[in-house]
Amino acid sequence: MSTALVSPAIGLPEPKALQRSLARAERRRKLRAFSLTVPLLVFLLLTFLVPIAALLKRAVENPEVANALPRTVVALEGWNRQDLPSPEAFAAFSADLAALPDTSDAGALARRLNSAVAGGRSLVMGTYRAQPMKGTPAEVKAQMLALDERWGELKYWQAIAKNASRWTPDYLLASVDLRRNAAGEVERMPEDQRAFGRILLRTFHISAVVTLVCLLLGYPLAYWLSTLPARKANVLMILVLVPFWTSILVRIAAWIVLLQSAGLVNRALQAAGLIDQPLQLLFNRTGVVIAMVHILLPYMVLPLYSVMKSVPPTYLRAAVSLGSTPLAAFFRVYVPQTYPGIGAGALLVFIMAIGYYVTPALLGGADDQMLSYYIAQYTNVNINWGMACGLGALLLAATLLLYGLYRRIGKSELSLG
Amino acid sequence: MKKSILATALVAGSFALQASAQQITVVNFGGANANAQKKAYYEPFEKTGTKVVPVEYNGEQAKIKAMVETKKVTWDVVEVESPDVARGCDEGLFEKIDWSKVGNKADFQPAAVTDCGVGIFVWSTVMAYNGEKIKDRPTSWADFWDLKKYPGKRGMRKGARYNLEFALMADGVKPADVYKVLATKEGADRAFKKLTELKPHIQWWEAGAQPPQFLVAGDVALTTAYNGRISAAQREGKYLQVAWYGGIYDLDYWVIPKGTPNKDAAYKFIHFASEADNQAKYAEEISYGPTNSKALGKLHPKILANLPTSPQNAKDAVQFNVKFWADQGEELEKRFASWVAQ
Repeated sequence: MSTALVSPAIGLPEPKALQRSLARAERRRKLRAFSLTVPLLVFLLLTFLVPIAALLKRAVENPEVANALPRTVVALEGWNRQDLPSPEAFAAFSADLAALPDTSDAGALARRLNSAVAGGRSLVMGTYRAQPMKGTPAEVKAQMLALDERWGELKYWQAIAKNASRWTPDYLLASVDLRRNAAGEVERMPEDQRAFGRILLRTFHISAVVTLVCLLLGYPLAYWLSTLPARKANVLMILVLVPFWTSILVRIAAWIVLLQSAGLVNRALQAAGLIDQPLQLLFNRTGVVIAMVHILLPYMVLPLYSVMKSVPPTYLRAAVSLGSTPLAAFFRVYVPQTYPGIGAGALLVFIMAIGYYVTPALLGGADDQMLSYYIAQYTNVNINWGMACGLGALLLAATLLLYGLYRRIGKSELSLG
Repeated sequence: MKKSILATALVAGSFALQASAQQITVVNFGGANANAQKKAYYEPFEKTGTKVVPVEYNGEQAKIKAMVETKKVTWDVVEVESPDVARGCDEGLFEKIDWSKVGNKADFQPAAVTDCGVGIFVWSTVMAYNGEKIKDRPTSWADFWDLKKYPGKRGMRKGARYNLEFALMADGVKPADVYKVLATKEGADRAFKKLTELKPHIQWWEAGAQPPQFLVAGDVALTTAYNGRISAAQREGKYLQVAWYGGIYDLDYWVIPKGTPNKDAAYKFIHFASEADNQAKYAEEISYGPTNSKALGKLHPKILANLPTSPQNAKDAVQFNVKFWADQGEELEKRFASWVAQ
């Protein structure tokens, strides 16, 4: 741009110098503009990108075995993984445990191996407490087998060998119900350990239902609001926004009061003679969807409203005056003009719904829990942060994929009005 | 403006002063249990000159782990559940207990004495029902599975823990053999298979406050529940009953996060809360069994009848096997997640 302005000017003694000084001025201007956005960039970097990067790193990090068992890792190199390892490997394992500087290192190793093979925890901690073991490798092997006969089982040794490297695909594989077998080949989890695929589907399913219900409820409401005079619309908009200002737990408690078997809704329906038995509205999918729709509805109404506000009512009138029926005019003339609002609202609601945790935990049954519930479980209950991060990465990837799909189908930038 | 800054500074200063005076942060699980602890332990302990700041948490060990790893420990005494004591101890999250500062080991129930934790109380997961609606009292876990005799929904805790043990007992395994059976692959299969029979009739609960609510509202006919929650409801005048057969009892423990600056005060608090008199006071507030055996003698028979530790109630009870769940918990919980999604 700046160079185009400076055509080789006639009568100017040094066009090159002018060009340079102009370019410098332009650079300075750009720098100033950029410096204004620096605080935001730094903020985003620190609060958004760095944590996500850390999460992704933790999902593939696997330092426990490599840190705690350097000798064993060397001794197990070249082991065929089909027969029990050599006595030297037993001795190396014992020496590694004895050399650990602190109990907490043994604990970390025990936790890592336990999440690879159930039982690894007590095996490692028991052996750690029996250290040091003295004697030739064969004697150490005999001592370990006498201490705990599980050392004669292959699976524990295979788990150590498999986790010898500092990086592992295991958490990410497990989050899509895959695993590596003893030979390192990727295979499906056994039937009774396959869970996350179904849980991811369930998460999407609940989110899709919530989005659809939000759209069905929010569209007429937003349309009505957009046709009202500004003052009335503002008052009603406050009602839409009230849920924003109440704590999520208060709202959930309120739903429990309303929806329980002897609650307001069931009693009203029974009094009206519509049902004989109280409906099961709580601690199942229904309760989860009702409460989530309530919480997320404003995110659907706001983008719809702002788009509808900008649609001139004259188009609809023109269509009707040209002979269309009002209904056909609405669906063929009005609705297409609100597609950006539908897209933005639906995407917003869907992406927020995917990460829901508290609502399904308190209002849903065991098979209404979404992926975040299991992330919390691995973070807080099992303290298996690698697995939690693996599931987090899965959720992130699924969300990005969906957003990409939306961009491709919608062919429009995300507009939030 | 200046004035308010000055005022803030003064307030902050006075807080800092208080902090430098004796003060400890005690972390509990909230609810009725926290109230009982407040009356029996915190308030009397404050009279000895150390202020107690109670904090509630949900058992998230991640918080303690983060504090210890970043060396910014602000919790001094924490109530934790038994699986977390052993695991946290292995991983170096807690101080090793110097029992000479706590009391005489021999006075305590054996399970209360561990490397890193001091048993606070004994609680039990039991079968409960509404005595106003069920006259023919259920006596075994087979009754819990009997939908003909006791029609209606069943309340169960969301997760594998306890439910697998109950399922095995319903399938005829003796309380004493439960963990031996469950440790085998066939045993786990058997437990899940038995649980499948009941699956369409289960209403899952997440928080301990829910089962008594379910019973009072009539949502479920029978439920598993924490015994203390049932007795709290009884105190409020609800006619809820406990069937003690095959209940699973367990302990909660005091631990001291590694690196707390108030270690001495923390020991003083734990010592205070382990004295027989104070434990008896606690058991009067909530129906959890004292860990200091001497406290049992100080209790009224009426209160004893509701405690998991009274001989009659403990007769056919199972002690929760911490080691088993520390080893198998992650795999079984995942299997549960898979089972429930089918």
